[in-house]
Amino acid sequence: MSDTANPYAAQAHARAQAGTRAEAMPTVPATDAVDLPQAVAAADVVWDETIAPGGYASRQIARGIRLRLTDLAGDASPSLLLFNAERPVERLNIADTLKVQWNGYLGQGRLLLSDMGRVLASLVEDTAGTHDAFCGASNQASNARKYGDGFNHGACPNARDRFSLGVAKFGLGRKDIHPCLNLFKDVRIAQGGETVIDIGPYPPGRFVTLRAEMDLIAVVANCPHVLDPRPAYAVTPLRATAWRGPVTPGADPIRNATPEGLRAFLNVEDYYRR
Amino acid sequence: MTVSAPSLGTVVHDEVVAARAPWLHTVKAGQTLRIVDLEGNQAVDFLAYSAADDAERYSAQDTIAAQGNVFLRQGSVLLSNEGAPMMTVTATAVAYHDTIGGACSCESNTLRYGHHTKAQHACVENFLTANARHGRGKRDMVSNVNWFMNVPVEADGALGIVDGISAPGLYVDLRAEMDVVVVVSNCPQINNPCNGFNPTPVRMIVSE
Repeated sequence: MSDTANPYAAQAHARAQAGTRAEAMPTVPATDAVDLPQAVAAADVVWDETIAPGGYASRQIARGIRLRLTDLAGDASPSLLLFNAERPVERLNIADTLKVQWNGYLGQGRLLLSDMGRVLASLVEDTAGTHDAFCGASNQASNARKYGDGFNHGACPNARDRFSLGVAKFGLGRKDIHPCLNLFKDVRIAQGGETVIDIGPYPPGRFVTLRAEMDLIAVVANCPHVLDPRPAYAVTPLRATAWRGPVTPGADPIRNATPEGLRAFLNVEDYYRR
Repeated sequence: MTVSAPSLGTVVHDEVVAARAPWLHTVKAGQTLRIVDLEGNQAVDFLAYSAADDAERYSAQDTIAAQGNVFLRQGSVLLSNEGAPMMTVTATAVAYHDTIGGACSCESNTLRYGHHTKAQHACVENFLTANARHGRGKRDMVSNVNWFMNVPVEADGALGIVDGISAPGLYVDLRAEMDVVVVVSNCPQINNPCNGFNPTPVRMIVSE
């Protein structure tokens, strides 16, 4: 007789699976997380999850929380969407982020700006310095060309369709998948406007830490970069770890680094004056 | 119009868009939209939606990735967020156009220039106005094209809107590869050189 021939047997079979460890899984409770940054107390951890190659996650992040994305094995390729959790029609605006800061290359000390003149998050730590605000997400068509298909139900999911699932968990849809930021894979612009990608290899353990300046929904898709030239679907796990921290004080050096950025913080502080 | 512009087929629509105004028009597959920079260095902020499914729309990032270049030139194909060709730049008298600078907004103007500019008219206001009558809203704002606008990127990543490289009568021709709803803001910005500090009219000619 099978192990699962009646409800009680099936229940026992199901319950016997508890405690299984997988490479990609959340730490629940998050306070059980290990290998934390030195200054971070386990009690302050609010989210810890390893996101699979080709996987995704979406999560609400309160103002003040630090979100660290770590390229565990050197080939993670997260694409990132950000929304104001309170009113998600406000979202990351890549064009404003670059234009307002007069620079196309994001790194430590830079801001991620919304389409409402506010700073959604600050890049408080960045050991990589190799990112891409130009090339966006892969999609079904681009993955089909390279890998044969890009379906969510297949072996080679594309970032756009991963985003569509991530935003759906918050009641958002295809129209809400805004231009994204790609982390860890470097794209520079050459003199004639050409995009120059450096896909790696990069050392394991590089990370970026975002400080949420507003209550956010963060959506991460860990799929190969759209310009990844390798024929194989190559990507490795990504760790997301978030912990509590103070709301940015008036004397914060990133807040005060530029007149444009300071006005973005002032607009956030004005928004929360209630 | 310059003498070098390709001759047009049968003109089915010809309209001058006033300085600072929005414009919305459906361009059928196979038709060509010519945008004429009548007085020179007038940024034309431009979005396109698939007429069949407006969740599919112009994607600056898909376009940049596919052509491996941030500038739009003759031969550039405007791609949708699903990777489908929407329009092709079949001809242009300007060396390159921008698609990384985005649209000005009241809100971003407060960051770029100060809070005294919040009340000034802006491209996002035009996009929202034009789209509102068709059931679209703020979720439908994505990175746009800026025809006739010059945004160079330096070696260190420095970028910005600088003096234009267009001139009176210069044009861009866009052949629709699918039925598209084109939404334009004839940019009203007066705080940077994108309109030569003087917004002017542009001409829209659809031919087939």
